[in-house]
Amino acid sequence: MPSVTEIMNTMDYGPAPESNAHVKEWLGFHKSGFSHFIHGVYLTVSNAKKIEVTNPANGEVLGHVSHGTAKDVDEAVASARKAFKSWSKLTGFQRAKHLYALARHIQKRERFLSVLETMDNGKTIRESRDIDIPLVARHFYHHAGWAQLTDTEFKGYGPVGVCGQIIPWNFPLLMLAWKIAPALAAGNTVVLKPAEFTPLTALAFAEICSEAGLPPGVVNIVTGDGDTGAALVAHPDVDKIAFTGSTDVGRLIRQQTAGSGKKLSLELGGKSPFIVFEDADLDAGVEGVVDAVWFNQGQVCCAGTRLLMQESIAGSFIAKLKTRMTKLRVGDPLDKSIDMGPLVDPIQLQRVTAMVKRGEAEGGLLTQAPCPLPEKGNYFAPSLFTNVDTSSSVMQEEIFGPVISAMTFRTPDEAATLANHTRYGLAASIWSENINVALDAAARVKAGVVWINSTNLFDAAAGFGGYKESGFGREGGKEGLYEYLKADAAPATKSKASKAAKLFATTTSELRHTESGSIDRTAKMFIGGKQARPDSGYSYEVTSAKGKGLGLAGLGNRKDIRNAVEAARGASAWSSTSAHNRAQVLYFIAENLSARADEFAKRLTQAGSTASEAKREVEASLERIFFYAAHADKYDGRIHSTNSKKQTTLAMNEPFGVVAIVCPDEAPLLAMISLLMPALAMGNRVVLVPSQAQPLLATDFYQVMETSDVPAGAVNIVTGARNELAKTLADHDEVAAMWYHGDVEGASMVEKSSAGNLKSTWVHYGELNWIQSEQAQGHEYLRRATQVKNIWIPYGE
Amino acid sequence: MGTELKLPWFEKIQVNTSATERRAATYATRRTMKKEYQAAWLVKALQCIDLTTLAGDDTPGRVHRLCEKAKRPLRDDIVAKLGLNEVPKVGAICVYPTMVPHAVKALRGSGIPVASVATGFPSGLTPLPLRLAEIKYAVGEGASEIDIVINRALVISQDWQALYDEICAMREACGAAHMKAILATGDLKTLRNVYKASMVAMQAGADFIKTSTGKEDVNATLPVSLIMLRALRDYGVLAGFKIGFKPAGGLKTAKDAMSWQILMNEECGREWLEPNLFRIGASSMLADIERQLEHFITGRYSALVHHALA
Repeated sequence: MPSVTEIMNTMDYGPAPESNAHVKEWLGFHKSGFSHFIHGVYLTVSNAKKIEVTNPANGEVLGHVSHGTAKDVDEAVASARKAFKSWSKLTGFQRAKHLYALARHIQKRERFLSVLETMDNGKTIRESRDIDIPLVARHFYHHAGWAQLTDTEFKGYGPVGVCGQIIPWNFPLLMLAWKIAPALAAGNTVVLKPAEFTPLTALAFAEICSEAGLPPGVVNIVTGDGDTGAALVAHPDVDKIAFTGSTDVGRLIRQQTAGSGKKLSLELGGKSPFIVFEDADLDAGVEGVVDAVWFNQGQVCCAGTRLLMQESIAGSFIAKLKTRMTKLRVGDPLDKSIDMGPLVDPIQLQRVTAMVKRGEAEGGLLTQAPCPLPEKGNYFAPSLFTNVDTSSSVMQEEIFGPVISAMTFRTPDEAATLANHTRYGLAASIWSENINVALDAAARVKAGVVWINSTNLFDAAAGFGGYKESGFGREGGKEGLYEYLKADAAPATKSKASKAAKLFATTTSELRHTESGSIDRTAKMFIGGKQARPDSGYSYEVTSAKGKGLGLAGLGNRKDIRNAVEAARGASAWSSTSAHNRAQVLYFIAENLSARADEFAKRLTQAGSTASEAKREVEASLERIFFYAAHADKYDGRIHSTNSKKQTTLAMNEPFGVVAIVCPDEAPLLAMISLLMPALAMGNRVVLVPSQAQPLLATDFYQVMETSDVPAGAVNIVTGARNELAKTLADHDEVAAMWYHGDVEGASMVEKSSAGNLKSTWVHYGELNWIQSEQAQGHEYLRRATQVKNIWIPYGE
Repeated sequence: MGTELKLPWFEKIQVNTSATERRAATYATRRTMKKEYQAAWLVKALQCIDLTTLAGDDTPGRVHRLCEKAKRPLRDDIVAKLGLNEVPKVGAICVYPTMVPHAVKALRGSGIPVASVATGFPSGLTPLPLRLAEIKYAVGEGASEIDIVINRALVISQDWQALYDEICAMREACGAAHMKAILATGDLKTLRNVYKASMVAMQAGADFIKTSTGKEDVNATLPVSLIMLRALRDYGVLAGFKIGFKPAGGLKTAKDAMSWQILMNEECGREWLEPNLFRIGASSMLADIERQLEHFITGRYSALVHHALA
């Protein structure tokens, strides 16, 4: 130790280690290895393969956890299933008391959990102590409140059942809290698998569950690796999977769960923009970069890793940023004066190193913080790439390390274009002192979380989650609760449904006579506001329920779908038009449909309905249009009460963009209207595949739309073979969300194919009672037609 | 140290208050000093203190006592146990103009400079000729540092030329004495005003910029200090001069001292931890530093009455 006089010359900070004595004692107690936590006890698995857990700062072994097998998962799921029976029957107050107790117990162990998290993950003690663990406690407190309120605030919804939850290694205990708190609040029970690199705080949490008196089986923790996670995903008695992790694994889970009826939420990767306008507080922006990308070693899914600077200030911003980098300190994460610890694992260090090398090889100029790095441990210096462009790999791919890549833009328009030109859509950070510039950018950026003049702000009261290939579903806030709730009126998806008939193109010899006397009408498709002949040049015959020929409909193919999606993509003005205008268009549709009510009723009777059924279906259709016209300007977002004064957090309901809707055979008018109208009312552009059996209702209906000021491309109709068209739509990367009503195979196929761009899907293969408004109308449809964007706006002068 | 009035250096400055507050809140959570390091930093802080008495009931006797404390701010046994080569001294004594001759007399031969507030302290609203005459009086009595107060009305009306001219005149009146410009940031309210006033004061030749008189409702805060340091740093890049910084008012504890030292080190660097570029305007902080140093040596918590009263 240097003398006081010597230190007065250097003015070094010196070491400031946080004591880890208590954690070491605890680890010593578990020296023989950790077990799974199943049904309230530590289940020791004999002959179990063990996974070694190490401290990324020095490679020291912290302990050994069990490698969960399919059998272990089985036991855990059985325990959760058993516990679900009683846990879901508890009153909100009873569940609230349990969650409150968990929050209190976590708070009492804040320092212990912080130190353990730092030793297991490598994040600095400042972050685990000041950010992670306080947010964990906050999440349980907040959701203790939701437990109390779910009965009254979510009428018509109930718990999903047994939830399988798989969490990542970057925020181990915080991600556990994000998963477990809402699940329990809503009345579900869980089986959670922590990441293999960082299982220890989850096991400490298991002890807290016991200590706080949580009933056995409500929370089960199974440790293991990807195989364990896969067993959980595949388990037939799991009702919902919640996953946070890489987009690649998310895709696999989407494919694996396809057709299983499991509810799914995915929180995946990102390459989020960090946009600095010329009227920003540049110094504040520089600190923003520090908090965006050198927070948690950059191992943050929502990290602002694409630095977009307006050309006029780019030079001075980079100069300030480089100066700031000279102050960063990397080292032992238990030291209280350290800004960045080691990456989580040698594998991660290799990955990041390789990606940075590639960035350099492609011509990127690398600047690294000049601080010394410890010789041992997975350390990587804070890094900045300049001289990179949209085509650079470091601008496109998620690095998941402390690396930011910088480029410039000229105008706010270009900033929005660059920000959105990515497959991801998790977060965005926007820096401008001009409210118009900032809010305009916030509205235009396609991301689930937007921080204005700030970055990486989190709170239990706000939803977190992505657009596009960053996943679907939200965690936190009221919107997050829906991921753990199921609408009571939802149709039984496991009932059998009729398979779509195989379609054949008609040939002249097969044609039967339609009604004589009238002029022959050819039902075309409807694409880009125009009636369009099928690309194939073929039609198929539409028959009544009794087999009587009713006419011909176009036999659509993949090119028709391509054209329809292209038209829908182009009709983006519909998404930004005012809600009042959208309501007006819907009312106008109702007005024009009403004028032709008899004609549509006649069509329905030809198809097989009785006269009174037909009349009722048309009437119900009109009412349904009115319902969604009414909601167009009333399905409001929220202002979340996030945990800070002088801050507004807006939760806005935004349309997905292009939504594909595949209609069931039954109720050919009403089902179509019931699905189309909420999507349209919320500002989506729709590609619709009508009832395969009775498409003529839809082809008549486009005439109604043509006279109702529906803008070209906002609604597109392609007739033909349901599942063939659905496949092309589910595969299409420009389609952001897809609703499917059909058979089991189709539903499964849609979910599986949706993994390509991780579109949000909503599939059914049971028959709905379309007349009944409880099932076929309501908030659930509006919720499915929107995604929530949380915009954080700190203010103050 | 000054330049011409250069409006482009500050007119378009943007300061985001909430981001500034968030940054300011984490200096003390991102850095800390323990044991020997803390002791060394606290001795250094002690050397940066402008030991101050600015009260209506100041007397020559009171000033004399303060000066004696300035010369021997730490007990001999503490100095010895810390292994210091010599008794550390505070940065300066800071008094009202009429107390300058008494302070000068008491500190003769000690090497400790006498600083005097001037220019109608604390409001700065006496006529300019009187304000300038006050500077000349204090300098004439032997003050080598003058803490002037700026005319806040000129900031509020954004009359930068007039503000610049006034401070230039004060600079001239200071002659060879160092000039610290008190911005009275509690009166300026917005952080943009703080930045702009900082720039104008530096362009007009201030050697130091100082936050507060100690008499405003809100005195030195970390967010305000951060913005002044950003101005100081930008000025350094643009003009090539190193300007000093002095927070004053409300800094009372050893912990406060370290918070500001961390701020200085992180925002400006090692050089700004020395008294030629960093001063802390305080009266009661010294006593707390003494207690903390004694605790470092003995491991026991110390009592105020075990240290000489300032």
